[in-house]
Parts: sequence; C-alpha cells; structure tokens
Amino acid sequence: MLNYDIVVIGGGPAGMAAALKARECGVESILILERAESLGGILEQCIHTGFGLQYFGEELSGPEYADRFIKQVNEQKIEYKVDTMALQITDDNIVYAVNKTDGLLEIQAKAIILAMGCRERPRGALNIAGTRASGIMSAGTAQKYVNIDGYMPGKKVVILGSGDIGLIMARRMTLEGAKVECVCELMPYSSGLTRNIVQCLDDFNIPLYLSTTVVDIHGKDRVTGVTIASVDENRRPIPGTERYIECDTLLLSVGLIPENELTRAVGIDLDRVTSGAVVDEYRETNHKGVFACGNVLHVHDLVDFVTLESQTAGEGAARYVQGKKKDSDFITTKGVGAVRYIVPQKINLDNEGDVKLFFRVGNTFKNATVKVTCGDEVLISKKRPRLAPGEMENVIIKNSMLKSFAKDSVIEITVEA
Amino acid sequence: MTKHITCVTCPMGCGITVELNDSNEIVSITGNTCKRGEVYARNEVTNPQRSLATTVKVNGGIHNVVPCKSAGPLPKNKIFDCMAEINNANAKAPIKIGDVLVENVCGTGVNIVATNHCPAK
Repeated sequence: MLNYDIVVIGGGPAGMAAALKARECGVESILILERAESLGGILEQCIHTGFGLQYFGEELSGPEYADRFIKQVNEQKIEYKVDTMALQITDDNIVYAVNKTDGLLEIQAKAIILAMGCRERPRGALNIAGTRASGIMSAGTAQKYVNIDGYMPGKKVVILGSGDIGLIMARRMTLEGAKVECVCELMPYSSGLTRNIVQCLDDFNIPLYLSTTVVDIHGKDRVTGVTIASVDENRRPIPGTERYIECDTLLLSVGLIPENELTRAVGIDLDRVTSGAVVDEYRETNHKGVFACGNVLHVHDLVDFVTLESQTAGEGAARYVQGKKKDSDFITTKGVGAVRYIVPQKINLDNEGDVKLFFRVGNTFKNATVKVTCGDEVLISKKRPRLAPGEMENVIIKNSMLKSFAKDSVIEITVEA
Repeated sequence: MTKHITCVTCPMGCGITVELNDSNEIVSITGNTCKRGEVYARNEVTNPQRSLATTVKVNGGIHNVVPCKSAGPLPKNKIFDCMAEINNANAKAPIKIGDVLVENVCGTGVNIVATNHCPAK
C-alpha cells in the first residue's frame, strides 16, 4: 500500500492547478494520476488560441496553457503517474489504480481531489435514426485525429451542435481543406461564444441553422448524407421541412458530461443539473476528504475558471489534511427560474472569506437583473447587459453577509428580465 | 455607412459599431469596452486580420504533427495561402514551444511558431 496526503485523479488543468495550490499551502506528499500518456488533459488537442486571457492576461493555445502548469508540476517535483487509470475510490479514501509498470496500485490518501474532466455526449444519447456507417464521430474525436494524429477524418462535413467545440472544428476542418456544409443547432440560439460564430463560421461562410436537427443518417459502409429538419418550440421535427444534405462525415458537438463514475460508485451526492458532485465552498463533497473541481464538477466554458476553481479545491484539500477545515453548519444555495444551477451548492457558516457563487442561466437575456436573496432580504441586485446559457456568471457573497445567516438558510439567485 | 462588427479579440465578443463617411473614412467607433476592440474594429473595416492556429508535419517525433500558430495576425485574405505553405513544410523532432517552423509565411513577415513540444521518437 502506498500512502499520500493528497491523491489527485486527473492530470489536466484542474488536477494540476489543484495539486500546485495544495503544494503552495504546504502539503508535501501529493500524487497525480493521469490516464493519458502525458499531463495536460484535453488542452493538448485544443490547438486554437484563446486560453489564458483571464488568468495570464495573454492569448495562448491549449498546449501552451497546459505547459505552464506542467513546468510548475515538474519544478515543484510533484509526483505523477501517467498511463494510469484510477479504478475505484473506497469509503476510507483508498484509491485503486492500474498501469503497465506498477500493475495494481493501492493508495491510501488522506484527501482525494477528483479532477477527471468530462466527455462528449455520444450519438447513442441522441437517438438519431439511421445507419451505423463510418464517418460519425464526436467533434472532439475529429479534433484528436486532425490535431494530434495528423489526418483528416472526412471531406464533406455536417456538424450537429453549435457549442464551442463544434464551431472550432468547423473552422479547423475548413482550414485543412474540407467543405463544411452547415452547422445544425437544435436550440433557437447557439451555446457557443459569439466570437466563435464570427471567426469560425461567418469568416468561412458556413451556414448556421438554428432550431434544426439531424433526423436521419444515410450510407451503408460510409456516411453518404444526412437528412436535417426544422424543429418546433418543443424541439420536435416539423414534418415537411426535411432536407437531404450530401456529406461523408457527421460531427456531433452536443454537450459534455462530467465523468463521475468513480464519484457515483462511492456514493457521493450528485447534482441532477450539473451531473457533478454537490460541494461546499472549498469544493468538498459530502464524502469527507474528497474534493472535486473543474469539468468533473460542472462543465466550464473557459479553462481559466477551471484553474481558479481547482486552486480553491487544492487549498481546501490542504486545509483538510492539515486539520484546519472544521465541520460547521451549512447554508445552501438554490437557482430559481432561469438560473439552472449554482456551484457551490452549500457554504460553511464559519467560512472566513468571501464566497463566489458560479451559476448558469437557461435562456438568453438582455439588460436583465440578477438578484440574490435570502428569505425576504435582497442581498445583491445587479444589472447585466447580457446573459447567455453558454457563459458562466458569478456573484460574490461577502463574508459580512455570511455572518448574518442562520443555519440552514437558503440563498437564492433569480434573473428578472 | 454603418458597419456592425463582433469583436473576436477575446471571449467577451463586444458588439462594435463603426460609422464610415462617403469616402470610407472612419467617423466613429462605439460599443467596444477596451482599447483592443477599437484597434480590431479599425482593422476589420480597413485590413481584416486573423491569427492562425494549425499543425505542421513532423519527422521523427512521437506524433505525426506538432501544433503551431502565427506569431502575429495575418491578413485575412491570405489565410488559405498560408495554410498551403504551412502544409508543405516539414519540421524535425525534437521541437520545443516557440521554435520557428515556417519563417515569414507567404511573405507576410509573420513566423509560424510551435505551440507544443514534440520529443523525438
């Protein structure tokens, strides 16, 4: 049995930032477990720029952003094992993992940081009718083929889903010589950043069809085309609007799912909306000593916010190991109406600092008011020029406010148009 | 004439309005929330530019390609010419972040630099 103060599961931006922060807080014994062949996580294949504007104040590519943290992990001599798959965590915080050199690893941890990231929703989750021809894949899979392996998965492409990965891949495939016929989006708005619609679609005259989905896939061995159709306000295809589009590739960019198999198996409470753990302000789950951060907790749009959140979790895990994180009464947070979720879901009443609440809305708003209330009391009311489902928002609960709450109070966030 | 532009400099995506007079000179730029937005809007109506991120073929590396980016913005109308030149280039492993892979791409004066390491196989 190996012993570490903190075991971090996942060596992407979340895991590295959490480990580095824990080290900065004085924890010597840290081990990062990474499934892939190197640290860096999904950033390694995100070769476009736009990372780091918030955190570093410069525009980096994914690999460059990751490299800044990989360098620090090496400088700080934080131990890590790559090509290593975590299999299970137990009630008493033992981590089981496996790799080719060590075989089965049994690691006793004082604290565990879950930083496994997320994966893409597959075709099976969408129930698209049609054949199982080759040429149907997630946008992230295509991204790996093009950017890491160096080959093109198709020549004539339809993309379903206008999240940022779908938009980025529309441009990437176009630059490498493919013809992207269109991007279809089920919703009446794109969940991607506006800048990506401009620089990935508009720049290349790629049409974006809103309230449109793929209803059939054609082709025996290889995809030969798809049928698309407009959808009504209940997202049901409208008969008579079907159109055939010839293509050899269908890329799916239809949402991300936090990878919480380990979390679920050990019985940690999950939030139905985020599909991530229910956590306190240090991102500790209801399983003592187990923390979660990054896309495994809730899907972020900017890696910079993953880094910041993971530093919070790293600090929390360090405090836990050092006996500084005491149990106290909680208050809970709750998104109301258009506010789909809030992270963290609970706050320790004896917290000594301010607490930032992150939330996401389910609709687009212009000049809306974000209201934070506790019972009848309005704590914060602020105007926002625009709110969109694709962009995470935050409000800060001042420590002075926290002090005034009774145990089991509920802080609610609402949006008024 | 009025042109509506979405700034792509950062993820904020500000909506910027540029007013032009009859001789296509800029009269006013509004809607940007920082200085970079003004520069972007000015360029966008006179000489649109984009930065480029792509890959270069690698010989003898652990991967077939290494990611790269233009060290500065390129003229938007030369992006596909630049892609053609970059796709004809070959780099030799080992490669470090910042290594120049293509010099002065398409005579733009801009270098194409590696954005990841690629150790030799």
